[in-house]
Amino acid sequence: MAEYLALLSFSDGGWGKVLVAGAFVTISLALCCLPFGLCLGLLSALLIRSKIAVLRIGATIIAGIFRGLPELLTLFIVYNGLQLVLQYCAQLLGYSGSIGINAFFAGVLGLGLVFAAFSSEVWLSAFNTIAIGQYEAADALGLTRLKTFFAIILPQTFRNALPGLSNNWLTLLKDTSLVSTISLVDIMRQTSLAASATRHPMFFYSIAVILYLLFSAITGFILKKIEHRYAIAVKRVAL
Amino acid sequence: MTNYIFNPDLWDRYGGRFLSGFVVTIELVAITFIIGFFLSMIVAVAWTSKNKWVNLPARAYMFLFRGSPLLAQLYLFYYGLGSFTTFWQSAGLWWLFSSAWNCCLIIFSLNTAAYQAEIFRGSLQSVPVGQLEACKALGLSRWTSFTRIWFPQAMILALRPFANEFILMIKASAVASLITIYDVMGVTKLVYSRTYDFQVYLWAAVLYLIIVEVVRQIVGFAERRITRHLRRI
Repeated sequence: MAEYLALLSFSDGGWGKVLVAGAFVTISLALCCLPFGLCLGLLSALLIRSKIAVLRIGATIIAGIFRGLPELLTLFIVYNGLQLVLQYCAQLLGYSGSIGINAFFAGVLGLGLVFAAFSSEVWLSAFNTIAIGQYEAADALGLTRLKTFFAIILPQTFRNALPGLSNNWLTLLKDTSLVSTISLVDIMRQTSLAASATRHPMFFYSIAVILYLLFSAITGFILKKIEHRYAIAVKRVAL
Repeated sequence: MTNYIFNPDLWDRYGGRFLSGFVVTIELVAITFIIGFFLSMIVAVAWTSKNKWVNLPARAYMFLFRGSPLLAQLYLFYYGLGSFTTFWQSAGLWWLFSSAWNCCLIIFSLNTAAYQAEIFRGSLQSVPVGQLEACKALGLSRWTSFTRIWFPQAMILALRPFANEFILMIKASAVASLITIYDVMGVTKLVYSRTYDFQVYLWAAVLYLIIVEVVRQIVGFAERRITRHLRRI
């Protein structure tokens, strides 16, 4: 037991510091994907609902592609593909050196796109629950379209979308483990390194699983609270 | 230009490998999904049990497998449990842990069973209670009312989530490539590491999209078929 605790210590020879650094990378990656994916997902949901056929079809196809591709493949395509595209552009501009892109950036972009594709579906079904009377009432009050959207429609949509979005978040959190394959040193990569260096794979991989469970449980709990808070307007009151 | 998207020479050399990778992916998903299906029924029934000693393990199992990434579970099983070589050898189970394929089958089955159990539980619970009361009133046995009344109605609700889970499994199976299984993803990485030709990733993408689309169409057909008594004419 003491031997295992020593492995986790924060002093020299312990892996505590390194694991915390890995956990920090995982969390910051997920938190960076969140606003990016949410906004992009909302945008693509709006495009899918738009009356202009080109936008609608284009957004539907792109969202479908990112929902259908394995996340691992998406990450590889973004990481390697972006590098090639940038290289090609740089060559056109007359720069011949090699270009490497930041793995963290590629991770945020790849996972953010996947998150956006899945959340757009949630946004769409949430939009469908808004009664047409809400639009008509806003129109009758003479609100501008922008004001109608941000003050009337979006808050109600958000409430309906919240349970779906929190599922998406939990999926995203688990998907971040895949970035270890594009040389980003997150929890998974860090525990792999520790496992091979110390020859205690069982112990370190258990730690990784426990850390992920902990993150899922904590954020799941917080999201439940937020959902509860947001549902206050539609909750039935016990008389 | 077309050589950047589809190079026939490259396809001649590696096309066969891609097809075998395709077969491996399908095999992996089909086997684990079916095992998971039967396992999930047990877990779902255990979950609804009133006995604490039955439902607590079921809940813990679902929390464990739904709360952590598949990759972490796979590594824990293959590298973690697999590191106790002498123990497994003396227990006569080394064949299980020494092969990446077996580990994939086990972990994928356990993983999908947890997700499927959640779907099962939800759809079993959403069958109106009046249906079960009617069974009781008719004096049907518990087995008959489950297999003839409860289960079929729950399946209508569960079909779409099951299809989604199947598609998620297809996508998740790409993770198997990280422990040396040559599925579509594994073959893609192999070919890329040999040729540095980016188009292989696009091939893989197309292949996965085709699989997913085919599944979607089949499910759409099945759904129309089993809900035909609910359709208005």
